[in-house]
Amino acid sequence: MSTDVDGRRPRGIASALIYLSLVLASLVVLVPLSVVFLTSLKTSKEMTEGGGAFRLPGDWLNWSNYATAFNDGHMLSAFGNTAFILLFSITGTVIIGSMTAYAIDRFTFCGRKLVMGLFLVATLVPGVTTQVATFQVVNSFGLFDTRWAPILLYMGTDIVSIYIFLQFIRSIPVSLDEAARLDGANALTIYWRIIFPLLKPAIATVVIIKGITVYNDFYIPFLYMPSEGMGTISTALFRFKGPFGAHWEAISAGAILVIVPTLVVFLFLQRYIYNGFARGATK
Amino acid sequence: MTHTTHTPTAGVGKESPAARTVRRAATRRSRPPGRGPLSRVTPWLFLLAPLVLLITFTYVPVANMVYYSFTDWDGVSPEIHLVGAGNYSELFTRPELFRVFFVSFYYLAASVVQIVVALYFATVLSFNLRLRNLFKGILFFPYLINGVAIGFVFLYFFQDGGTLDSVLSWFGTGSDHAWLGDPTSANVSLAGVSVWRFTGLNFVLFLGAIQSIPGELYEAAQLDGATRWHQFRYLIVPSIRPVISLSVILAVSGSLSVFEIPYIMTGGATGTTTFVIQTVKLAFQFNKTGLASAAAVVLLLIVLLVTWIQRRLVPDGKADLV
Repeated sequence: MSTDVDGRRPRGIASALIYLSLVLASLVVLVPLSVVFLTSLKTSKEMTEGGGAFRLPGDWLNWSNYATAFNDGHMLSAFGNTAFILLFSITGTVIIGSMTAYAIDRFTFCGRKLVMGLFLVATLVPGVTTQVATFQVVNSFGLFDTRWAPILLYMGTDIVSIYIFLQFIRSIPVSLDEAARLDGANALTIYWRIIFPLLKPAIATVVIIKGITVYNDFYIPFLYMPSEGMGTISTALFRFKGPFGAHWEAISAGAILVIVPTLVVFLFLQRYIYNGFARGATK
Repeated sequence: MTHTTHTPTAGVGKESPAARTVRRAATRRSRPPGRGPLSRVTPWLFLLAPLVLLITFTYVPVANMVYYSFTDWDGVSPEIHLVGAGNYSELFTRPELFRVFFVSFYYLAASVVQIVVALYFATVLSFNLRLRNLFKGILFFPYLINGVAIGFVFLYFFQDGGTLDSVLSWFGTGSDHAWLGDPTSANVSLAGVSVWRFTGLNFVLFLGAIQSIPGELYEAAQLDGATRWHQFRYLIVPSIRPVISLSVILAVSGSLSVFEIPYIMTGGATGTTTFVIQTVKLAFQFNKTGLASAAAVVLLLIVLLVTWIQRRLVPDGKADLV
């Protein structure tokens, strides 16, 4: 593998110190999470008795907090809403991003530079700054407090995916388009039958990055879908703060419920996720 | 972008024989020939939806925001009065409105820690270590976790008798310090959470960049007698400069627009209000759309300024988009 720095293991004291630092960092990551997991298995009696955050739960199979969190926290509808938003915003992002990239890379037309510039400048505008005014736009369409508000916002403001597609589409030879054109295919057919299938690796990257962003986003659903039935997993979890107050065992169970799907996806798709971020975040 | 310039060629092998012939004939990239007015419209058909979305959700809001910032609008009433630069002068003369900028310095300091730590672990884990993939996974995972969940995990972490106090008591430092109780320690704690959350992203970016450095360079460096530190200083750092500079710019604009963690954990209490929390409160709780817009315009200008400075200082190949 050329991926290793000179392919050798460091030795001696240096190696011991390196492992020590890695173990320490891992503890810093894992301890807060494990404590929350422990807490999620405790009964409220165990919680009031105290005994420190690290005291083990009496019953390792006490799933009642999870039931409470899931039912009273309306997690089912939250997962449903999140899934709905994920499905539509990811599909939309992939189609819109690839269409934009196709149009910009494969056609010379008057205004191409301008269009490119518009997308480029938009990357410089951080989404959080413009929400005061974006809110009015969404509101004027009557989309406030519907699931379509976040879907449109996620689709319409995702410049990163356009760049990922643009980078990738350049590596597809133009001769493929031309061959198809000689066979009588029009632009739409070329896009749909030739370019789109070849974009698979880029699509995987976009799906992963977009999926994680949408699943974890708090700001947009918090602003645009305030009503109870419209919660996504982020906002539903946030509402635990009210009714469950200081019931840390229920809040912890809710947090774990939200983290577990991420963990499962991560374990299965590790390599693609690393590559996706390395490729996506740098453009 | 050192590690993104090698272009994926996965699909190329699949091209048909006909396509290959055509490619041989075409010495350079040629554009589809014009076929009357229809072909001139074609690209716009593909760009219609993306452009509508882009303009509706980015450019219209920016323009509106600038307009609102000169008005006293409350966000609901049909009446809008122009007040000139009134909102801006209010913003800069009322210290409690301006103070939120200073909270950013905690997060700015945190991003320095974050980048240094990420650089260290990226370098270390590019060696061939035991359990390398396990450590990689552990260090990156926090970045993938839901922000609200992280907020709760760390609320419990900093609680009286919570995780941190328990850990400290093992070392005999029995403390009854309310970590989120006074502004300095609250901001330091929250900035610490953001280091915990975002180090993984920088780490993966750096690691990707380091691994795209060709192995021969290390061999050459070793033949020349370069130590590990020399390799890091003169080989790794210069090679991944574009990624480091990208991380710096993300860190600055990120520090200015912190919202989630402090909002979830403290709601902006005890001096932890950030710029975005204040803007959201002004706009959506106190209905001061005009003032909130002015604040947002100021933030936007600062972010644009920082980006501009960064691009002047570290010109990289990012302009080759067209």
